[in-house]
Amino acid sequence: MPTFVYMTRCDGCGQCVDICPSDIMHIDKSLRRAYNIEPNMCWECYSCVKACPHDAIDVRGYADFAPLGHSVRVKRDEKKGIIAWRIKFRNGKKDMELVAPITTKPWGTAFPKLAEEPAPSKQMRDSQLLFKEPKYIRLDDGDLRSLKTAGLKLKEGVYY
Amino acid sequence: MFMSNPFAELSAQIPVAVMQGYIILMVLLVVGGTILDMMHKKSAKYFFLNAKKEKQNAKRTVGAGEKLVIATTVLANEVLTSGEFCNVRRRLSHLLTMWGFILFVATTAILIFGYPTSTTPAPTILPQLWHIGALMLAVGGYWFWFFIRVDVSAEGLTWWRLERADLFILSLLATATFALLWSFTEYNGYAGWSTLFLILFAVSGVVLFGGVYWSKFAHMFFKPAAAYQKRTTRADGSREDMPADYDLTDPEVQKRFPDLPEYLGKNPPNMGLGIRREKPSHY
Repeated sequence: MPTFVYMTRCDGCGQCVDICPSDIMHIDKSLRRAYNIEPNMCWECYSCVKACPHDAIDVRGYADFAPLGHSVRVKRDEKKGIIAWRIKFRNGKKDMELVAPITTKPWGTAFPKLAEEPAPSKQMRDSQLLFKEPKYIRLDDGDLRSLKTAGLKLKEGVYY
Repeated sequence: MFMSNPFAELSAQIPVAVMQGYIILMVLLVVGGTILDMMHKKSAKYFFLNAKKEKQNAKRTVGAGEKLVIATTVLANEVLTSGEFCNVRRRLSHLLTMWGFILFVATTAILIFGYPTSTTPAPTILPQLWHIGALMLAVGGYWFWFFIRVDVSAEGLTWWRLERADLFILSLLATATFALLWSFTEYNGYAGWSTLFLILFAVSGVVLFGGVYWSKFAHMFFKPAAAYQKRTTRADGSREDMPADYDLTDPEVQKRFPDLPEYLGKNPPNMGLGIRREKPSHY
């Protein structure tokens, strides 16, 4: 679902241009408002949707997501730590709102304290394993660990 | 220089009627340009279509009193203090250029129509305001042009790269700069230079007011209407199809979206600024 800009809501601040990893959010040459120059190349990361201070950027859902002509509007509220979606069908009768948490801890409090980590040994540096591997990919006991051996339980629905 | 009325000195060389005719011509150009722009961009049509859609999706009716409050808020917040800008630097630059332009244009009209010759001396405050207005316009405009303009600040382009969107700001800057240079050279008696800067001032004025159809000059008329509509959609609950602004401590909301109390708790803390914690500088 590539993103697009409501030109009347955009104030041309350039935050989406700054953040777009595909460099496809650009400024229009006659109106100085942002627009997605190449929706086919959009990674759909929604960084621009999140960064836009005016909620001027939305996503265009594919036909398998909802019948064409629908509206998908997203509001990311950083202070509350939630993202809310509203999907409205073309006929206006089907109108759904979904809200999900995007963080359970205040922003910036869950960074790993790398400065406190011991320096890697030569053996670790020469190894192909990345930082915290194999511990974090749970291959440390010689085999793939199951949810049961790890003491975890599969819950129904969406979880984080 | 700041105390002298440059138009009074000019009246010795150019008939007052010509100066006044120029101002009238500029007003007509702005009116005509705005109407053409409105027809071309279909701004009014879009505005009324949006209003119709808003009415269909409204959850409640906004009364006349509430509409008056919204209009007053738009006037105080969006119109007079450029409150729609989230970036403080852009807001300050816009305030300088906007108020500078208003002061400059208003005092020009007052000086030319009220005090056009040296026999009708203008109160000292008027030429002062004329110069201050031009200076504010130049300071805010050049700040915007070299540093804040999104092409430079976000696109990473050079300041000398021109495109159609620059017509408005460049003609504004040219008008203010040549006006100040003309006033300076005229006051100090540099006859040839003052004629040159006067011609450049008049030409840049024609480009500024005559280029409304091609530039974003008319945004000053459309923006308040758009801001009013945006605020009304929030008041009547239509919200332009945006999701609601949920109160996460409300038991009804928690019942409807059980993920929220499960992962965030019943009384979620303020999570902070998130993506807005740092200034964007990613290119």
